[in-house]
Amino acid sequence: MKSVTLPLSKQDVSELKAGDSVLISGTIMTARDCAHKRIIELLDNKKELPFKLKDAVIYYAGPCPAKPGFASGSCGPTTSARMDSFAPRLLDCGLGAIIGKGEMSQAVREAIVKNKAVYFAAIGGAGALYADAIISNKCIAFDDLLSEAIYKLEVKNFPAVVAYDCYGGSIY
Amino acid sequence: MRKINTKTLEDTVYKMALHAGVNLTSSCMRALGEAYEAETNSAAKFALKTICKNAEIANAKQMPVCQDTGMAVVMLEIGQDVFLEGKPLHTAINDGVRRAYKDGYFRKSVCDPITRVNTADNTPATIHTEICNGDKIKITYLPKGFGSENMSRLYMLKPAQGVDGIINSVVETVKLAGSRPCPPVYVGVGIGGSFDTCAYLAKKAITRDIGTHSERADIAEIEKTALEKINALNIGCQGFHGKVTALGVSCEWAPTHIAGLPVAVNIQCHCVRCEKEII
Repeated sequence: MKSVTLPLSKQDVSELKAGDSVLISGTIMTARDCAHKRIIELLDNKKELPFKLKDAVIYYAGPCPAKPGFASGSCGPTTSARMDSFAPRLLDCGLGAIIGKGEMSQAVREAIVKNKAVYFAAIGGAGALYADAIISNKCIAFDDLLSEAIYKLEVKNFPAVVAYDCYGGSIY
Repeated sequence: MRKINTKTLEDTVYKMALHAGVNLTSSCMRALGEAYEAETNSAAKFALKTICKNAEIANAKQMPVCQDTGMAVVMLEIGQDVFLEGKPLHTAINDGVRRAYKDGYFRKSVCDPITRVNTADNTPATIHTEICNGDKIKITYLPKGFGSENMSRLYMLKPAQGVDGIINSVVETVKLAGSRPCPPVYVGVGIGGSFDTCAYLAKKAITRDIGTHSERADIAEIEKTALEKINALNIGCQGFHGKVTALGVSCEWAPTHIAGLPVAVNIQCHCVRCEKEII
């Protein structure tokens, strides 16, 4: 298991190969369908985003509410393919990495190679285990979207597998 | 005639929903353990181990096993000698679901299909009612996640396509879904009926315990053959390849029209959560 600390440098990315198991630590942002739609609208209207895309890591996830005394509710990955139409543009804007589950489109794979980014697959259906790896969880934008809002997560030793690397390699 | 107050139904659904959110079924736990033992691909084995560990954490901490706590699907088999009193049946069921999703800290995942505005309490539930003999009510509660629901399909086959057509449709659905529905999946198949009943049969099929087979020998054979073909697809846990793409295939059937052969394939992810109670 490789330990990976965010944000990733291009050197870090170049050392990741499809199939590698990793433990991720650092800051990640959740966003899924509705949040992506709003991010794209903000980009279209040249408005400021709730977080800087450059070197950011987006986690396709919508957590459960946290129980009292817990940093986060269950928070596993959602199906990445639903974000196929959004991901290439965000990668072109500097997004450093994606965390999700399942295959993505050819266009996403090409954008990952072009921008020297990486796609990590988290284990789908392991929401309680991932909650254990979340140290803090704070809603930073679009709170009206409830679980679909953007949550800023601090994670420690978050287990994942490199699904698409920056050389075009794929675990699928 | 037996009087049942719908408040009893509400409270029963509440307890079932709370339990289902944090616990996999025992047949699912057993099937995942067997899948871990059988799997030889290292990435898939790692994923299966993570999934089993997750189930333990969810149970120990009483937190949702998966953050997709689903749409609440409630199937009621109501004896015709039951007289329901109290608030309307659907109100009672939805009140039970609403309370459970709040008290359990479950995710509220139900929204308007056009505006996408969340209803904020996970209602309405999908409620199916069947009238049967007797003076009891059988409740089946299934929180259904949509990563897998999205990969489900319905085929209107020609009668000439027969058993091969049914099996090919099931295998094709799992193949097209690939890594996306959180394999290893549990595959529910509806055979026959009309367009609408066929989909309902497929949903009923995934409420059966994994590993059970149809009482009809010819349909049990379809279940076994389809499972073998699915597990030869080499999709594996999470799409990381390997031997175990499905934990099981269950088929439910109904008579159909002479002109048709409907086949519905409802995909359930590896987080099988299903509760059954009789009141």
